[in-house]
Amino acid sequence: MFGMPVVQLLLFGYVVTNELKDIRVAVYDQSYDRYTREIINRILSSGYFVLDSYLENEYVIEEKFKEGNVKQIIIFGNDFAGNLEKENKAEIQLLADASDANTANLVVNYTYGIIMDFIRHLNRNVPVPLRIVPEVRMMYNENLAGAYMFVPGTMALILMLVSALMTSISIAREKELGTMETILVSPLKPLQIVLGKVTPYLGLSFFNAVGILVIGYFVFGLPIRGNIILLLMECLLYIGVALSLGILISTVARTQQMAMFTSLLALMLPTILLSGFIFPIENMPEILQWLSVIVPAKYFIVIVKNIMLKGTGFIFIWKETLVLLFMMAVMILVSVKRFKIRLE
Amino acid sequence: MLPVIFIVPIVQLIILVNAATLEMKNIRMVIVDQDLSVVSRRLTGKFMGSSFFRINKFTFSLNEAEQDIEANKSDMILYIPAGFEERLIKESISDLQILINAINATVAGLTNAYTNAVIQDFNLEILQDYSGTILIIPMKQIEVKSSFWYNPDLNYKIFMTPGILVILVTMIGMILSALNLVREKELGTAEQINVTPIKKIQFVIGKLLPFWILALLELCFGLGIGKLLYDLPVTGSLLVLLFYASIYLIAVMGIGLFMSALSETQMQVMFLAFFFLITFILMSGIFTPVESMPEWAIKLNVLNPLAYFMRVIRMVLLKGSGMADIIQETVYLSIYALIILSLAVWRYRKAA
Repeated sequence: MFGMPVVQLLLFGYVVTNELKDIRVAVYDQSYDRYTREIINRILSSGYFVLDSYLENEYVIEEKFKEGNVKQIIIFGNDFAGNLEKENKAEIQLLADASDANTANLVVNYTYGIIMDFIRHLNRNVPVPLRIVPEVRMMYNENLAGAYMFVPGTMALILMLVSALMTSISIAREKELGTMETILVSPLKPLQIVLGKVTPYLGLSFFNAVGILVIGYFVFGLPIRGNIILLLMECLLYIGVALSLGILISTVARTQQMAMFTSLLALMLPTILLSGFIFPIENMPEILQWLSVIVPAKYFIVIVKNIMLKGTGFIFIWKETLVLLFMMAVMILVSVKRFKIRLE
Repeated sequence: MLPVIFIVPIVQLIILVNAATLEMKNIRMVIVDQDLSVVSRRLTGKFMGSSFFRINKFTFSLNEAEQDIEANKSDMILYIPAGFEERLIKESISDLQILINAINATVAGLTNAYTNAVIQDFNLEILQDYSGTILIIPMKQIEVKSSFWYNPDLNYKIFMTPGILVILVTMIGMILSALNLVREKELGTAEQINVTPIKKIQFVIGKLLPFWILALLELCFGLGIGKLLYDLPVTGSLLVLLFYASIYLIAVMGIGLFMSALSETQMQVMFLAFFFLITFILMSGIFTPVESMPEWAIKLNVLNPLAYFMRVIRMVLLKGSGMADIIQETVYLSIYALIILSLAVWRYRKAA
């Protein structure tokens, strides 16, 4: 229970990344001149790419891709340097294996960037009359660290899963094994029963949340630029939403199996995919953007990122906070109603 | 239970496949144009005409733009300072600023690349306009032609569909079978079966076979839906895929069996299974490429059956790789299946 978040965080931290590293490329160089050699050199020393092999002819291209190790093939035509010198124009072909579409896009973009750098270097002494120089500033995350994305996301995922999943299974278990009747006969009010069931998971989740923040800070260098108290309170709110979701599911499910299945499917994959955790919501089709409105993780991630990375105050996140409060209220109401019906 | 097993995959395939994409479509941009010259307006126009960018607002104040980013209303700012055109003509060089919300590093990188591409395009355009006939600039150009094989439109859906299929099949193979076995233990009926003359192996096969068949059926069902909804190509041999899936399921069920032998309650098994499932899924290369992972992760993936299957299913479906190309994966997986099954059966024996 305690080790899992740590492992998950480490996993997300080091494993799940879109950053390119050691991507295997093959080169079909028909010129073998100093320009092609320099371009290839630049590409291979960028840290993103690793040379797989030099190809002899174009017929092996398809085979190479089928083997499945090479992600990109770079083709230089005949007399590359000659063309560049005499006619000031030469061509490079990039063939990318797009069965992994995301990587292919990144690979081509990065390679293109390296080639453009080279051509700028070649043209450095040419008196270009009009030159626009863009200066880029990466806001909130100068080093483009991946941690800024996944630590908030991991928190949302783990808190949701521990709270909702565990709570729903725990309550459903009582129902399935028949011990629920026994508790209901006791003088305890239903509210007290539910609170009693929920409190251990509340504590556990909160502990996990703090643990994730601590690891995020010390291991991944994730800053907490905003108000920590506000952050922790929002965490409690989100845990509250997750717990009430768990209770709601337990009132609907009849067996543990159902509870678990529902929790998993209704929570895990949507939380990973529709919350903006890995894939930005703006890129999704309209329908899905609408659907993501009911995913609590989405709002929580926005809140966490705002407080931690932008250091904003309550003013910017009051909308999201309100949505979470509303969700929790609705779910508790529905659960209580259903619970009362069960009693009769 | 049965309808759930069939409805759920459809729902997942529809929703989740559409969600997982890095295709940049709506980069929300704020333009701070303090120059308001012919050049700056032309540049702005270029961004307005691009399908990747969506101009949220034009403003004179950089502060206002930065607040927009802080409020999450926009993703980036294009800041053209006053005197931009003048400097460009008089001093031949002028700069502008691009400010990008870099919390999502990958998206920021792509945004930067796209923005720079538009600006460079524009730069070439005005060069040709303003000094085409007067000067012949000996500037070298490299034309980069890119083509995306097996997926020319960079259709992220046919990339994700096999991935989701792997998850579904694994869930049935690993989780349902493990749960089923533990349920018997929990409810006490396992004891009754133990007293019968039926051998352990027979019991295990009897329990697992229905799920094996079910999982394979689900795979075919999912492939059918994929073809119907997303035009999922089946370039390679379906038989090869099903053959590999069969071995894969044995391996995965072995893990489920092992977990159920270790647990006393459904809750325990759930927790264990869930933990391993998430870990395996993330490390399998479904969302992010395996090559980008650190060395130790790639080595650990030897123990991850999902990683093998993820690779094979994409290779067979999208590239048409044949038996020869996946022979290594097949051998590895078969050895893995044997080992884990032996472990599981041994453990189950001792527990009873």
